[in-house]
This record gives sequence, C-alpha cells and structure tokens, in this order.
Amino acid sequence: MSDGALHIEPSRLPDLDRVPRVDEVGVGERVSRFCKRSIKKDSKVQALKLALSMIDLTTLEGQDTPGKVRQLCQKAIHLHDSMEGLPHVAAVCVYPTMIGVAKKALEGYDIGLASVATAFPSGQAPRSVKLEDTRMAVAEGADEIDMVISRGAFLQGEYGLVFDEIAAIKEACGEAHLKVILETGELGTLDRVRRASVLAMHAGADFIKTSTGKIQPAATMEVTLVMLQAIRDFYYETGQRIGMKPAGGISKAKQAIQYLVMLHETLGNDWMTPDLFRFGASSLANDILMQLQKQQTGVYQSDDYFSKD
Amino acid sequence: MSSTKLSFDGGWEYAPAPQDTSHISLDDRYGLFIGGEFVEPSDGRYFDTINPATEQSLASVASAGDKDIDRAVRAARKAYEGPWSKMSAGDRGKYLFRIARMLQERSREFAVIESLDGGKPIRESRDIDIPLSAAHFFYYAGWADKLDYAFPGRDARPLGVAGQVIPWNFPLLMAAWKIAPALACGNTVVLKPAETTPLTALKLAELVRDAGLPPGVVNIVTGAGETGAALVNHPGVDKVAFTGSTAVGRAIQKSLAGTNKKYTLELGGKAANVIFADAAIDQAVEGIVNGIFFNQGHVCCAGSRLLVQESVADEVIQKLKDRMQTLIVGDPLDKNTDIGAINSKAQLERIESYLGLGREEGAEMYQGGSATPETGYWCRPTLFTGVSQSNRIVQEEIFGPVLAIQTFRTLEEALTKANNTPYGLSGGVWTDKGAKIFKMTQQVRAGVVWANTFNKFDPTSPFGGYKESGVGREGGLHGLSAYVSLEAGQ
Repeated sequence: MSDGALHIEPSRLPDLDRVPRVDEVGVGERVSRFCKRSIKKDSKVQALKLALSMIDLTTLEGQDTPGKVRQLCQKAIHLHDSMEGLPHVAAVCVYPTMIGVAKKALEGYDIGLASVATAFPSGQAPRSVKLEDTRMAVAEGADEIDMVISRGAFLQGEYGLVFDEIAAIKEACGEAHLKVILETGELGTLDRVRRASVLAMHAGADFIKTSTGKIQPAATMEVTLVMLQAIRDFYYETGQRIGMKPAGGISKAKQAIQYLVMLHETLGNDWMTPDLFRFGASSLANDILMQLQKQQTGVYQSDDYFSKD
Repeated sequence: MSSTKLSFDGGWEYAPAPQDTSHISLDDRYGLFIGGEFVEPSDGRYFDTINPATEQSLASVASAGDKDIDRAVRAARKAYEGPWSKMSAGDRGKYLFRIARMLQERSREFAVIESLDGGKPIRESRDIDIPLSAAHFFYYAGWADKLDYAFPGRDARPLGVAGQVIPWNFPLLMAAWKIAPALACGNTVVLKPAETTPLTALKLAELVRDAGLPPGVVNIVTGAGETGAALVNHPGVDKVAFTGSTAVGRAIQKSLAGTNKKYTLELGGKAANVIFADAAIDQAVEGIVNGIFFNQGHVCCAGSRLLVQESVADEVIQKLKDRMQTLIVGDPLDKNTDIGAINSKAQLERIESYLGLGREEGAEMYQGGSATPETGYWCRPTLFTGVSQSNRIVQEEIFGPVLAIQTFRTLEEALTKANNTPYGLSGGVWTDKGAKIFKMTQQVRAGVVWANTFNKFDPTSPFGGYKESGVGREGGLHGLSAYVSLEAGQ
C-alpha cells in the first residue's frame, strides 16, 4: 500500500473560506514597525546568539558531494571556536543522498539532521515517489523532513489533494518532524499564503516553512508575518504550537534580529526557541559571528577571519 | 476560540535605546515673539513648561496679557500692510519653501523638543509630526503663486491678520497647519500655542527669524486660556482659527457672533472604527491600535469607539488584548516606546476620572502595555467591553488611550451607532467588500472616513468636522479658502 491518503477522513480538511483575509498594505505597515525597533547592547547579543542556535545550516545544490557536506557539518559543530560561549546551530539540511554522510559527520553532537524530500524543489512527481523519497530519508536517519507542497494543485484549487498529500507524508515521516514548504514565491498573494498555512497545519505539519530557496522571492518578513499569524490562530483554536521556518534570502544579522522582533511581538516568549523557530540559511551564521565579535571587541574583523564553510 | 494565552511577559527584553539629546538647544526663558524679535511680556509674568515624563521644568515661558496681544496684532497689521501683502506671490512662496527646508534640516532638534515638552514617543515626533509639518509648508508654498488656479475666475485676496489658537496634542504640526496656508494667501499671523507645549512653536519663531521673514509676519504669543481669549476677541483680528475642545470652540463662536471675523474651528471627536466580519482581521486589529493608542489617544480624530460585528467580536477582542500586551509604555525619548507620557497632570486626572466612570457604569476594563515609570504622567492602554450607546464613556471625548467596544449585527445598525453622536470628525471602516466601503463612507457623517486604514494624514487632503466637531476645513485646496476672500474676477 503506497497511498496513505486512504486513511484520511475528509472532514479534517479545514474550511478555507473561514480563514481571515489579509490586507497587504496593512501587513507592510506592521512589518515596517518591527524594523524600526532599536535593538542594542545585551538584548542584541542575546538575539544574535538565539538566532545562531536557530539556524538550519543548509546546502542544497546539484553539485553537493560528500566532501562538501562533511565540511558543512564541521562548520555546524565548530562555528567559531576562538569565541567562547557560542551555541551550535539547530540542524544541518541536505539532500536525501547526503544523509548518510552527514549522519556520520554529526555523530555524537546534538545537532539535528534535516533532509528535503518529496521531489524537492518542484514537487512534480507522483505521490508514490514522494512517499518513497520520504521513507528513504527517514530510514537513512533524517530527524526532520522538509517537504514541498504541490503548488500546481493548490493554485488549481485542489485543496483536498494537497491536504491528503501532506497528511500522507506526515504518516510516512513516523518519528521525524515534518516541515511543510509552501514555496510562497509561487503562491502569488498573501491570502493564498495564509490559506496554505492553515491547510498545512491541519494536515499535520510540525513546522511551516516559506521557501525552497530556489524561487524568488524567497522568505520575506511580510510572508513570514502572515504565517506567524496563522500559527497563532491555530494555537488559539487547538492549543498546539506549530513552528515557523523562513528560508532563503536571510543573510544578515540585522535581518535575523528583525525577524526575532516580529516573532517575539506576534507569538511571544514560547516561540523564542529553536524547537519552534528556524532560519533556513547558508551564509547568515558568519554575519552573526562578525556582529558578535564586534559587540565583544568594539571593531569589525575582516570576513577572512571566519571560515566560509 | 479557546482561552489559550500567549505569553509576552519577561523573556527577551529590549535594552533601553535612548535618543541622543546633545544636539538640542533650549533657553532657560522665552519671551514673546513679536515684530521679529523676542520681547519681555508687559507685566513680566512667566510660567514653567513641564516635561510630563519627568515632571521637571524645561523652560520658563512668557505669559502674554492684553497689552502684549495688542502689540502683536499691531505688529502683524503693520507687516500685512507693509511688505507682506504687497510682495509678489512668488516671493511669498520662496519664504515658505525656505521654512520647509529649514524644518527638515533641523528636524532632529524639533523632534526631540516635541517629545520632551509634550510626552509623545520620539518615533512619532521623528516619523510623523516633524516630517508632516515640513510637508505642510512645502505644500502651501507651492500654492502661493497659483491662487488664480485654485479659484479660477475669482480674485482671491488675503483677509488680513489671522489670530490662531492651537492645542497641545500636535504642537508643531498644528502650527504648520495654521501658519502655512495663512501666509501662502498673503495674511500675517499671531499664533498662540498651548500652555503645556509652547517650546516647538518658540523654536519655530527662531527659525522664522533665521529664515529672514519680514518682522511681524509671524508672531508667537504664549499663555493660557485668557491669552487665547484676548487674541480671539481683539478687534484687529480679521480671521480666527482655533483647534481644541468643543466647549472652548462653542465659547469662541459665541464671542464672534456679530463681528465681521471669519473663523474655522476644529474641535472634538468620538470616532467610530467599524470592523465587519469579512475584514482582514489582523490588519484591522493594527488599525484599532493605531486608531486609539497613537499619540496616547490625544487625537481629536482618534478611533475611540470600536464597533465590531458580533460574529467576530470574540476573536477581535482576544487578538486586541494580546496585541496590547506588546505595547511599550514609558520614556518618550526611547526609540522603542509605543505609548509616551500623558501630556499634563490635568489631562491624566481627566482620563482617570473616565476610567472610574466606566467601571461605575458597569463596563469591564482591560489594560495592556508594559509597567509604567514612577514619576511622570502615565496611562496604560485601556479598553472597555460591555458598554453601550447610553454610557458616558461611549458618548464623551476622553482624549486618552481608552477604547470603548460595542458590537453590532448589521451594516444599518453599525451606521446608526456610528452616527449617534454629537461629533462628526472621523470614522473608519474595515471590510473586504468595496460595496460596503462605499455605503459606509457615503453615510457616516464625518469629515474624514478611512477605509482599511486609520489616522492617515496628508497636506493635500482636507480635514475638518461635521456637527459639533467643527466648522470649515484645513488642508488641501479647501484649506486655502479659509484664508482668502473671493472677489469677482478681473
């Protein structure tokens, strides 16, 4: 039996007509207020360290090799050993073929191993292939699965199909955490982002995630705010805390702090943890390290002092 | 909706981010700005202007008596008959452009002084008050030599001397609203700022002097209510412009009866902010917050009555309460402050009496925001639920961060409630349906109705009230007509 969808009761599909509308101008204004917060001194250092601990250090390239992935894992373990008191990143995120290599490289460290699955990034494969992709990734040792939704089906209005697919993948994940990538850059409007968020959470997502990083625009603060508000409504309704992962396009420490301000003022203290918030990023860590160095010493160091990978 | 609560207390806190104040200069004592220079008041009386966040005195300011008002009006008359009304309109415009540019150049100093003297958050004075003030001067500067196009086929002539009395909630902005159109049309002015917030008007006097305006074109006289009354009643004043409470506005209108003075009055309000079930709820909640907590609720067009459709009332109130927990109340000069100090002790007492009254009337009170400092005048953001049209907190203008929430079932009911008030200054409508926006904006009896936003201001847009909210319009093309007399064209 390769099709988990048969186990899903149709009544679990949420009524998307009841999802609140989104006003893009209003969202933009709220975001600009977050960006005006002035985060200084201790609160800045605290935020920078928290942001570091929330990073899913990522390499998702056709040219990835075991050598590249091992280096990435080394970086995840040794962010910048000359600086004391640094956290490590939350997880390493790779393609399914690289899970074995990464698993070995991370052995003995408390760093999660995430793998994309379900014919990432397009999601254009039969459901049986997506399920097999997921099962294989879990069997190889992935703790977290980052799946993509079928954007084509969603844009066609085939919500039931998208819902069933997520639910089936969730089942295939077993113990592994499921992050559902909406690929907001392909959804077109914030209204659709909000609906897709609701759909994914009801279908069993542990996290909802903005983007694959392969489509522009990737994560934006506007899209992330709309998803955070959907998470809050789901919490109000069910008492269940769903995580959030903006991915792609966040490469500066300043941006990361602005995201944390937004998270803090939208969902509050409970979400200020890597268990419920992640940054999908490849170059963010180094910029944060440079800022932390600046906070400690008062001067910026050349980026040549920080290992590129 | 379950009772699930979000937690905003404790956790990550923003470190203080105080605005630097080393670039401002304030004198210990300010005289009256008459005929292009600062002069002593005739009877030598001064009063202190207080920083409402610290209760410390910032400066001592002259109290103008009848003789001083007479002197100021004479100076304005002389300037009107002398250089100003004879000057080419293009040159008048140049002076206004110069004032606008200098305001921009000195905006950081004006912003800090506005927040020190009035208690408003530096974010607001920096991003709203000062830039909008400059924008008003720019806008009317452009009209100075284009009055023929503003009033085609008519001859627009200045009125003479304008006596202008402004409130303490937007001190510099209100001065700009009053002075810019008056000068653009060729009038000269005597302006009295509010006694709790005279400093930016006095700094504007310095700026006007530095800009080289002919002496007497702009005169700034400080003082309390009697000073304002003396100005309004002075026989040499041709036009009165007042912004403030409806009670004072009524008294002014009475005193002007039978005189030949033209007048505009911009008075109180009790605006309804109407949220329909199909609105973008999260953005509407932001609009509610912006509508009532902007500038500590010291806004005549504040959305102080929330009307929310019953089917979404619980949701809106829950979200609003959670949002209110994240508002930062405190030091106006901290860049992260959302709600600053209440403008004066008297105003705080007034607000607190309404908080007591609301509870006595049986309403349920909820307060959000962070803890308030010990010294200074503070009021946490407050909402009342379980209120109805017959309650005084629904009917009367509180002029503080206090929101009264009522529910409605149909558009007609919302409309009736929105209009069931002696005021008619502003209103707000939140819905995803264009047809509802049109229906509401056509039938809400208010000078400004915002759709899916609130408290948006622009110099090109006229502003003013229906019913007891005032007479006449300020801003935009309409704002020009208050300062000209239209004669038959040549």
